[in-house]
This record gives sequence, structure tokens and C-alpha cells, in this order.
Amino acid sequence: MLQKVYDWVDERLDITPLWRDIADHEVPEHVNPAHHFSAFVYCFGGMTFFVVVIQILSGMFLTMYYVPDIIHAYESVYYLQNEVTHGMIVRGMHHWGASLVIVMMFLHTLRVFFTGSYKKPRELNWVVGVLLFFVILALGFTGYLLPWDMKAYFATVVGLEIAEAAPFVGEFARILMAGGDIIGAQTLARFFAIHVFFLPGALLGLLGAHFFMIRKQGISGPL
Amino acid sequence: MHRGKGMKFVGDSRVPAERKPNIPKDYSEYPGKTEAFWPNFLLREWMVGAVFLIGILVLSVAHPAPLETIADPTETGYIPLPDWYFLFLYQLLKYEFAAGPYTVMGAVVIPGVAFGALLLAPFLDGGTERRAYKRPIASGLMILGVISIIFLTWESVDQHDWEAAAQQGAIEDEVEVDESAEGYEIYQTQDSCIGCHGGDMQGGAAGPNIFQSDYDTDEVIDIIQNGIGEMPADQFDGSDEELETMAAFIANDGQDPDNGDGGNDNGEDNADENNGENAEENAEEDETEENDEE
Repeated sequence: MLQKVYDWVDERLDITPLWRDIADHEVPEHVNPAHHFSAFVYCFGGMTFFVVVIQILSGMFLTMYYVPDIIHAYESVYYLQNEVTHGMIVRGMHHWGASLVIVMMFLHTLRVFFTGSYKKPRELNWVVGVLLFFVILALGFTGYLLPWDMKAYFATVVGLEIAEAAPFVGEFARILMAGGDIIGAQTLARFFAIHVFFLPGALLGLLGAHFFMIRKQGISGPL
Repeated sequence: MHRGKGMKFVGDSRVPAERKPNIPKDYSEYPGKTEAFWPNFLLREWMVGAVFLIGILVLSVAHPAPLETIADPTETGYIPLPDWYFLFLYQLLKYEFAAGPYTVMGAVVIPGVAFGALLLAPFLDGGTERRAYKRPIASGLMILGVISIIFLTWESVDQHDWEAAAQQGAIEDEVEVDESAEGYEIYQTQDSCIGCHGGDMQGGAAGPNIFQSDYDTDEVIDIIQNGIGEMPADQFDGSDEELETMAAFIANDGQDPDNGDGGNDNGEDNADENNGENAEENAEEDETEENDEE
């Protein structure tokens, strides 16, 4: 039955080459931990992506309860944490996942650096990777404010003060991010939009470019 | 690729009518023990992923995500702490060469140069040599950067006043005090109580919120008579009956004991405001208080 449905679609749209192109690529011996255990360092990139997927899924569930305004934000997180069934686990996964993404991405960066995998012809993929690094740090910074508790608020105050220290553009950057002179309702709404729409959009676009390039060029050879 | 004459399409579309068999590539010709990504390698990857997922689940159950009390911008004494992965930057701004008039150094120049170099690494280190020990400058700078980040994070954690930080931002239960109760009237005549615990009984600079702990009537009387921690003994000014009335009122979380459960306080009489977890947190706070006394 399923095969017939697949064949029916495939006859009309020729989808086989699309997914076979993603599925069919070789994994060389030197990156496969099954053959050389030390090759586990090549897993960090995949693990980063895995945690990013967890972040996207848990984040989607969090927005079902989260209310991005300064009156209800805290109450909604409190409710999610203490009343909603498994809400504590979903929020916990998003909280710990945020740290894990950073750890995995850091290790992945070090692996790529010390194996010299960023060298010609893979320069562009490295640049996109570092941009991904910045996007994920920015996701961490904006996400930290959203529970609107004491820790979140004062960490953001400090963060925006650091941004303000930049010459010429500092004041403008701070007001742009805070949405005004004070850190308040506008800041929370702005950080929510940045955290949930702008940065994930950039993240997915850059990830697409990252994967396209690795697929096109293949994994760098053994040292 | 087949072109031109003899090509057949599905209807008037551009999809070729000739079906190719759905057979995966053969990797036996590749060097070494190369294997297919799908399904051979991905299956193992998924097993590692499953272990990883369970790890995150266990972590999030064992250590729930922290939540402090709602943000209060007027609270000036709060010691801020960014998430741990920004601590190195936060710490950098505490050093003399990167603070005060030189904040630009710590906030823009140093991180800008470091992350800029990271971004442009392929162009700064343009040689073809890949092995780390054959390109000592690039590797050395990277190791220096990693050590700096680890050192700064370590210093920041070391210098942060964790004990003071643990005291701040905790979620406090608001207690509605029954101001018509007899115990409340007695409390209002006790200047030495009000001095530390405040006229609203919610605590002040020197004393904690009276209702923070779950003591019963006898324990409250004992504390008032003998003191506890920094609280001195024999502060109550009045008869024993008044003392008992007030203690019962306190033990009953600020409600008239005649209307309540007579001081057998399990934190259930304000269950509509607290859930079980808060009661547990309160119990933990009690334990730490007792430890402080020792």
C-alpha cells in the first residue's frame, strides 16, 4: 500500500533522486568511530545539530504557554514550571539544551580548527560556521531575558550596558535592542521576537548553507 | 545524461517517464572501510543521539530549570550573573585595563579582535598545511584563546559571591495577615518584634519573614523566649497568655487560630497559593537555617 502511494507520487514528481542524494553519501573510515574510536571527535557537529533540533521542538512547545509581556511573562513561566503536566521537563530540556548547544558547538569548532578542516576549499563553510556560533550566542542572550525573573532582568541590564560601551554605535545599539531608554515591556517583546523569529530564521538559513557545503565538498580527508 | 530524441515524459510534464531502479550506491570501491551514511552510519548516530536525549531528560528532571522571583527593576542590591557562557566576557570587564575609561577595550576591542580572527581564520592561516603542530602560530593562538576563556570563566565563578546570590531573588510566598485577629493586635504592641520583623510581619533588614518557617505554637513560644540565631531571648513584653495567643497566630500563618487549624501548620491552609513544591522549598530553607545556627 505504502509502496503504491510512493510509486504514484514518484511517477509524477520523481522524488527518488531528491532523498537519495541526501541519504547516499559515503562515511569514510577515518571519521567513523566504529573503526577508529578517536574519530568520535567528528560527532560533535552532528550532536550540535541534534541539540538544535531539541531546542526548536521544546521551544515550540514552550510558546504554547509563554506570554511575552511583562505582566504575564513571569506568571506564564511559573505556571508552565509548576502546574503544566511535564512543563518542568520541557522547560528543563530547553534550559539545559541551551548550555549543551554551546558546549557541543565549542567542541565542534575546536575539532574543525585543529584538524585544519577550514582550509581551502572549505573557507566559506568555516565563515558560515562562525556566523552560526554568533547566532547561537545571541539566541542564548535573548532567551535568558524571557522568563522575566530577577536573574533574567539584571543579566540583560548588564548585557546592554556592555553593548552601550561600543564607540559611536553603542548608544544606538542599546536603544535598538531595548526598544527605548529603559529595559521594560518593549525590550521583552523585542527579545521575544528576536529569539523566536529573527534568529531561528537566520539559524535555519545558515544551517542550510552549512549542510549544503559539507554535502557538496565532502568531509575533509584524513590527516 | 540522456538528451534529445527518444526521451519520454510523464504527460506534458518535465518528469522523465523512464524509472530508475531505487538501489543505493555501492561503496566497496571507495578507499578504506567506507560505508553508506544511510542507513548504516545514521543508525549508529541515532543510538548515540538516544543516549544523549536520555541524558538531557535525566538532567532536566534532576535539576529543574531555575526560576527566581519576578523582575523588580527597583531592586538595586541585586548581584547580576549572566549565563555561564558569557561569564568570560563579563569577567574581562572587571579588569583595570578593560574597565572604567578603558571599557571600550574590554567590551569591543578585545572580543572584536578575538572573534574577528576566528571568523577570518581560513584567510589569516592561508597555508595548505593541516596538521596542528605544523602551524604553531595558528594553533598557539587558538590554545591561548581557549585557555583565556577557561581562565576568565573560572575567575568569574570564583569571585562571584554564591552565598549572597543564593539569598537573593528567591520566590517568597505572600501571606495575607488577618489584621482583625487578637494575635495581630498583640504583635503591634511589641516594639522589639516590629523592630526587626517589620510592622507587616513580612520581615525587614534584621529579621526574616515571620511566616517563612513552619513552626508550631510551642516552638514559636520557645523561640520568642529563648531566641534563635541572631534573635535575642526574652524580647516579649506581656503576659504568658498574650504570648500564647500571639504564638498561635504566628504558627497559623497570620490567621486567627480559632478560624484555622489551631496551629498544626502543614502549609496546607494556603494551598491555593502554594503548591507542594513550594512547601518543600520552605522545608529546605528551614534546614539551611538550622545549619547556619550551628
